[in-house]
Amino acid sequence: MVKEVKTLKSFSQSAEKFEGSHLLCPGCGHGIIVREVLNAVDGPIVLGNSTGCLEVCSAVYPHTSWDVPWIHIGFENGSTAISGVESMYKALERKGKYKGQRPKFVAFGGDGASYDIGFQFISGCLERGHDMTYICLDNENYANTGGQRSGSTPMGASTSTTPAGKVSFGKKERKKDLPLIMAAHGIPYTAQIAPNKWKDMNKKIKTALDTEGPCFINALSPCPTEWKYHSSLAIEMTDLAVDCLIFPLFEIFHGQELKITYRPRNVLPVRDYLGVQKRFAHLFKKENEHIIEALQKDVDARWEYLQRREEAKV
Amino acid sequence: MASSYHLNGVEAWDGCTASAHALRQAQVDVVAAYPITPSTPIIQNYGSFKDNGYIDGEFVLVESEHAAMSACVGAAAAGGRVSTATSSQGFALMVEVLYQASGMRLPIVLNVANRALASPLNIHCDHSDMYLGRDSGWISLCTCNPQEVYDFTLMAFKLAEHTGVRVPVMVHQDGFLSSHTVQNVRPLADHVAYKFVGDYVGVHPMLDFDKPVSYGAQAEEEWHFEHKAKLHHAIMESSAVLEEIFNDFAKLTGRQYNILETFNMEDAEVAIFALGTTWESAIVAAKKAREKGIKAGVVTTHLLRPFPFVALGEVFKKTKAVAIMDKSSPSGAMGALFNEVAASLYQVQGSRHPVLSNYIYGLGGRDLTQTDLDRIFEDLSQDAQKGALTHPTQQFIGLNGPELSYF
Repeated sequence: MVKEVKTLKSFSQSAEKFEGSHLLCPGCGHGIIVREVLNAVDGPIVLGNSTGCLEVCSAVYPHTSWDVPWIHIGFENGSTAISGVESMYKALERKGKYKGQRPKFVAFGGDGASYDIGFQFISGCLERGHDMTYICLDNENYANTGGQRSGSTPMGASTSTTPAGKVSFGKKERKKDLPLIMAAHGIPYTAQIAPNKWKDMNKKIKTALDTEGPCFINALSPCPTEWKYHSSLAIEMTDLAVDCLIFPLFEIFHGQELKITYRPRNVLPVRDYLGVQKRFAHLFKKENEHIIEALQKDVDARWEYLQRREEAKV
Repeated sequence: MASSYHLNGVEAWDGCTASAHALRQAQVDVVAAYPITPSTPIIQNYGSFKDNGYIDGEFVLVESEHAAMSACVGAAAAGGRVSTATSSQGFALMVEVLYQASGMRLPIVLNVANRALASPLNIHCDHSDMYLGRDSGWISLCTCNPQEVYDFTLMAFKLAEHTGVRVPVMVHQDGFLSSHTVQNVRPLADHVAYKFVGDYVGVHPMLDFDKPVSYGAQAEEEWHFEHKAKLHHAIMESSAVLEEIFNDFAKLTGRQYNILETFNMEDAEVAIFALGTTWESAIVAAKKAREKGIKAGVVTTHLLRPFPFVALGEVFKKTKAVAIMDKSSPSGAMGALFNEVAASLYQVQGSRHPVLSNYIYGLGGRDLTQTDLDRIFEDLSQDAQKGALTHPTQQFIGLNGPELSYF
């Protein structure tokens, strides 16, 4: 059963299923998104978690922050672990050995676990049609190991394995378009969410959890340590990301029908987003200005594509 | 409710069919699998049972062996009976998750049809995959024919799920030599087999929402060591439980198994120690050697982990020379099994141990012939008479081209 959330007050009164004892950095988006997922559900929920910041910060034996059933196996297989739990539920339910309410099955992974090492595993789970929701906590780098580049890191970002240097402007490749790739599996529901748009986020999480079959959510999760902003500015980072259209908010039904769920009244230039994060500071040197232009061009083209796809209704 | 399957008193099964029937009879709740030769017929047969109504568990056809074991871990943590099968490269891909399964103390049963590891690519039997997984915290059972595959797969569930054990179990069979060789197998009736294996009640199941559990937490230097020590303890203690299970199984079937199986060891002066199907070949050779006046015996173990240190010391007490047979490439060392046996005997018998030699054989499915075995018994006979090695410690048997021997 999915909870109704109508006011900001009720939204903020997070369930105690993910407790404050976690070790996530102040200003990290992960906690906000996780609490929102748990807050959206009244009935039983089972969680899987790939190795990453969320896992190492929430279950350090003999402590745990989780007051719901939770499993972590490895970096790549949080999705598959949950597909195993869901399969066991189906078997036991059929055999009359499980008599309770049908649980919600959710797996979390960072962008490393989702865009890169666990990509195949998520694809397998989606193709097999498990009744589960996979949520990527996308902070655009391997934050847990000290800020190396991932398949999600935007072009131009300086990371610990692609540092901006005398002959380099940082990461050379563009960000992989994971939600569209996942939607192409023809799954019932795919969405992008950001914690600043809390109503939109809540609605999409509820839609995913109430949808039978595999769903994929890509959640923008700002990272103060590696994006290098002040920890009090997490929500401002996501404000800028969605208003600069760096991270557009949309949903896709059955891999086909795309709906944009937030259109900024004033679209801001990507410079505004880049300028507040030290990982992009070097781009404002004269010799790197062309990278900002390239990023802007990329963002514009993608926004154009999303709009055209929404209009075409295919 | 799954339909019961009519079985004759004697069935003509290969090892993979035997394995699949054991999984069916144990009414496994979740099998998650990815096919790889030579274990493929296990999951093919299982799929056929499922699609004809003989199975009401979930059969999850995943995209890799890593995912197969990952789904098994999730399913086992959820609280039910779980199994899968693999070989070779697939086993290698699973290795990461094997450690995670045993670390979480999940009673999964893994059927392994042993096969060589690439490169060069090769689909035939050796024990490279078995040795790759031997330190992964699983109990490791070895079998030598389809009857044993069937019997040990049923017993594996009972052992893994025993409340005093709770350690995952591998059941090994020799790829093709056992997995694809049809022999007479005496199965139990479905209800008898299930009664023997028993109902499984999950310990700390994730699907118990009144008592939420966290599986797979991080444990740094304050706790990691203790977890591994407890796992080692559980594995060491499991051989006593296995002996009880052997006795219960004997009462039911008349088939009495022992951790160490011996042939003519009462007065043997020389012996071959080997795993899997080589046990039966070595018995034939030992009989021939006896006709020639060599007091020959053969020993195998059904248990690679926990390794039967003490029992080996006892069985080789009066033996003068022992050949330890390794069906995997040592790649710069003595054979894996040789190291295990030598360490055991040194510990149990001190310096008064038999003369030990190491034969590397059968890699990538190369036949081990009776002529090879005859030669080994001849070598051992000379060692026994002299009381010392009369040839290099390590020799490669059946190799084309120049002979290889070391030390």
